[in-house]
Amino acid sequence: MNSFQQLAKFRSYLFQTMEGNRKSCIPLSRRLAGEVSSPDFGWNLNERMISSRVSHSTAVHRSGNFPISPNNRLERAASVRPQHMETGDASDPRITRIASSIRVIPDFPKPGILFQDITTLLLDIKAFRDTIDLFVERYKEKGISVVAGVEARGFIFGPPIALAIGAKFIPMRKPHKLPGPVISEEYSLEYGTDVMEMHVGAVEPGEKVLVIDDLIATGGTLCAAIKLLERVGAVVVECACVIELPELKGRDRLGDKPLFVLVSPA
Amino acid sequence: MSTYMDEDPRIHGIKNRIRVVPDFPKPGIMFQDITTLLLDHKAFKDTIDLFVERYKGRNISVVAGIEARGFIFGPPIALAIGAKFVPLRKPKKLPGEVISEKYDLEYGSDCLQMHVGAVEPADQALIVDDLVATGGTLCAAINLIERVGAQVVECACVIELPDLKGREKLSGKPLYVLMESH
Repeated sequence: MNSFQQLAKFRSYLFQTMEGNRKSCIPLSRRLAGEVSSPDFGWNLNERMISSRVSHSTAVHRSGNFPISPNNRLERAASVRPQHMETGDASDPRITRIASSIRVIPDFPKPGILFQDITTLLLDIKAFRDTIDLFVERYKEKGISVVAGVEARGFIFGPPIALAIGAKFIPMRKPHKLPGPVISEEYSLEYGTDVMEMHVGAVEPGEKVLVIDDLIATGGTLCAAIKLLERVGAVVVECACVIELPELKGRDRLGDKPLFVLVSPA
Repeated sequence: MSTYMDEDPRIHGIKNRIRVVPDFPKPGIMFQDITTLLLDHKAFKDTIDLFVERYKGRNISVVAGIEARGFIFGPPIALAIGAKFVPLRKPKKLPGEVISEKYDLEYGSDCLQMHVGAVEPADQALIVDDLVATGGTLCAAINLIERVGAQVVECACVIELPDLKGREKLSGKPLYVLMESH
């Protein structure tokens, strides 16, 4: 099967799996191809449709369906983003493919949440490779000696980046998973708290660290990771995620730590 | 039949980087900790290279990694051999439609899940985890992949605990490991 056939087959799978959902979600690729002129949920590539649908329940990200739209995101970037907020270059064709390979699942893990599913990105060999390449291009030869990946989806993206840039990989884990001495950091969830752990001795003072996760929402998890690393004297150079949900203002919770993301829902 | 490589000079460096932590997660268990391997860039790279050299060019279309440490080794292998990566996860982690396979633990049982549609009947699969002990998890993974009609080419782990006889639980599927620990 050539790459075009593979892509067509993959997109067919992507659409079929979404079609069964209560609110259908049209892949960005089909919108751009003009296959869908008036989608069920009436979104427009040039508007921040979320503003008309968000219920303003701050803890839960509620909205009608929308695909990832890197072009829309970048239009807004200059006016509403802090200056040190960076995103991938929306004109890079790799970004378009990455964005369209991410599947949105409504009402997971609970009603009202639109879950950004990166597993479909991992099924697209080129998109997965491009995702890693985009991070590697940014971080190689910057003296980064550690990539810290947040359990569990950070374990998928972190190690390939670490291997490519010559850094070690350290897993940041839920409690009681890491054997031997650990340090722990508690952080807030919507309801209650959770704990993140890191091995004692994994990172040394002064080491430059990149923190990786698949997605940033409220920023609580990344913030816990930053704190753990700083407690042992490491220097967090940047946090990097494939996806950002900007309405949840996770960026603000990172303080002075820069954040780099590839894509963001419109 | 046991299949592992101890002739390759890289294996020695990898073995040295595995830390054994006694009495984890409970008294009497000697836990094989691969996180120290990940701190040695060369040893980690060698680990991946050894798997890639074995599996490149064998038409493997999917690498299935078992949560969570299989997520560390699986994706680099998948990327290097041009295969898709499929995460096999604990219950309720994967969104959307899944299929589930129950398996036994020492006390009680657990469940492994895979996305519907991720693996197709024509796929040739490699299953990756950091370690094989009793073989229960790998067996569940094999079952998931075979249930959707795909073929498991091999299971690959960094470490095997041969005394727990996991190799016999793999429905005849070959197992390849880099090292054993007794």
